Amino acid sequence: MGESIVITSGKGGVGKTTTTANVGTALALMGKKVCLVDTDIGLRNLDVVMGLENRIIYDIVDVIQERCKLKQALIKDKRFEALSLLPAAQTSDKSDLTPEGMVKIVQELKQDFDYIIIDCPAGIEQGYKNAVAGADKAIVVTTPEKSSVRDADRIIGLLEQEDIESPRLIVNRIRNHMVEQGDMLDVDEIVNILSIDLLGIVADDDEVIKASNHGEPIAFQPNTKASLAYRNISRRILGESVPLLSLQEDKGMFAKVKKFFGIRS
Amino acid sequence: MSNKKQIVTIKGTKDGLTLHVDDTCSFDEVLKELDHKLLRNYVDDDQPMITVSIQLGNRYLNEEQLEQLREVVRGHNKLVIHSIESDVITKEDAMEWMKDSEITSMFKVVRSGQVIDVRGDVLLVGDVNPGGKIAATGNIYVMGHLRGIAHAGINGDTNAIIAASYMKPSQLRIANYISRSPDYDTEGVYMECGYIDLNQEKIIIDRLQLLNQKRPDLSGLERRMLNG
Ligand SMILES: Nc1ncnc2c1ncn2[C@@H]1O[C@H](COP(=O)(O)OP(=O)(O)OP(=O)(O)O)[C@@H](O)[C@H]1O
Ligand SMILES: [Mg+2]
Repeated sequence: MGESIVITSGKGGVGKTTTTANVGTALALMGKKVCLVDTDIGLRNLDVVMGLENRIIYDIVDVIQERCKLKQALIKDKRFEALSLLPAAQTSDKSDLTPEGMVKIVQELKQDFDYIIIDCPAGIEQGYKNAVAGADKAIVVTTPEKSSVRDADRIIGLLEQEDIESPRLIVNRIRNHMVEQGDMLDVDEIVNILSIDLLGIVADDDEVIKASNHGEPIAFQPNTKASLAYRNISRRILGESVPLLSLQEDKGMFAKVKKFFGIRS
Repeated sequence: MSNKKQIVTIKGTKDGLTLHVDDTCSFDEVLKELDHKLLRNYVDDDQPMITVSIQLGNRYLNEEQLEQLREVVRGHNKLVIHSIESDVITKEDAMEWMKDSEITSMFKVVRSGQVIDVRGDVLLVGDVNPGGKIAATGNIYVMGHLRGIAHAGINGDTNAIIAASYMKPSQLRIANYISRSPDYDTEGVYMECGYIDLNQEKIIIDRLQLLNQKRPDLSGLERRMLNG
């Protein structure tokens, strides 16, 4: 039986799709069978970031409305077997997806995959409810901006009402020079406000954008800071205890983060 | 009749008249006797108004009966009722009173978009985040960071206070007073409380230690018995 994890944020454009693609890729690189599920009906992106757009024949709404079998809608990654994608529908209505339908699909996927990573749309309405319905765990993505943290807090509050394990946090797009000048919230402050476990931090990096544009998530690259960050996040998901990467140029621990990672089952 | 216990005893004090009503006879008898007694204590038109306090002892009166009692007193010139007091209350009222005086403890983070609404006092072990709100008819104690909105004394209790281990609220409200954080960025303060200073007509934020002077009856239950 696999495990399903929803990637959510409340606020739009903070990096949910990027995180889904890279965490999924990194987990697959570590030998896990992974299925990515795009629930952003009408605004699907995950296929583009993964470079699989041209292979889509059926989508998640086709599965729900029984125009095809779940297996037919799954797209195998072109780079390796272990990774699959269930794309969102581009032309359907948001209401074509239902929480019940999601639960059924995720249950079925859990038979064949170790990890099901669900990309959630922005907002707290129907799309969010669908994405969360089938999830065992949740990862909340935020950027170091007040408005983004505020929305993350709102989402965490909503997640706490669901039958889901306490969510974990990824702080994305950190710009070190801005943090140092006090123009951006630092990670410590964010963790302090949100009071949930920190799963990882990712620097703001042009390479991430470049890689996404080429349909090749950065996690495939062996040695950029961002790909290392996503790999570390994936190792923590697997239960390893990995210290946080330094965002400063010099080596060493990220000095301001006091929290270490415990191993969780 | 004359050797029987008096049904209504009238005492004059410097604050007016106090009427002690015997609590063993029937209510009809009380009304009749009261009317009678007040007639005999007739006051002239050129005298100032006299305030009347009525002590009911162990007698319980419902709203209707209270109104009848007031009618009788009002029927007499120059008398205004200051208070009607009874030593007994209904179980229902007692329960209500208890709810208003209870402390509810909570262990959670009040997150953006969430509202906690409590009857009586509330002790929150956890934070109130920006965009979150905690409200109570009584006092609010936050063992944690208060960064959102806190509203104490929502039914108008201007004696209510808000205390927090760390105060950096976006707004403090007590009864119908509101204060907000300044528009520039500030550091929060530790171990502080907010209360209404009635002279200055506004909410003051001050060190927790000062509460003992500002609200000396805060630690007892008495204030609620008096207020309730
Ligand atoms: N660490 C990063 N460094 C630089 N750019 C990033 C990083 N993470 C994400 N981005 C960029 O930010 C933009 C938004 O990212 P993404 O599409 O993943 O967000 P989203 O939360 O899925 O948005 P939506 O709410 O619209 O679904 C993209 O252009 C992406 O390439
Ligand atoms: Mg997206």
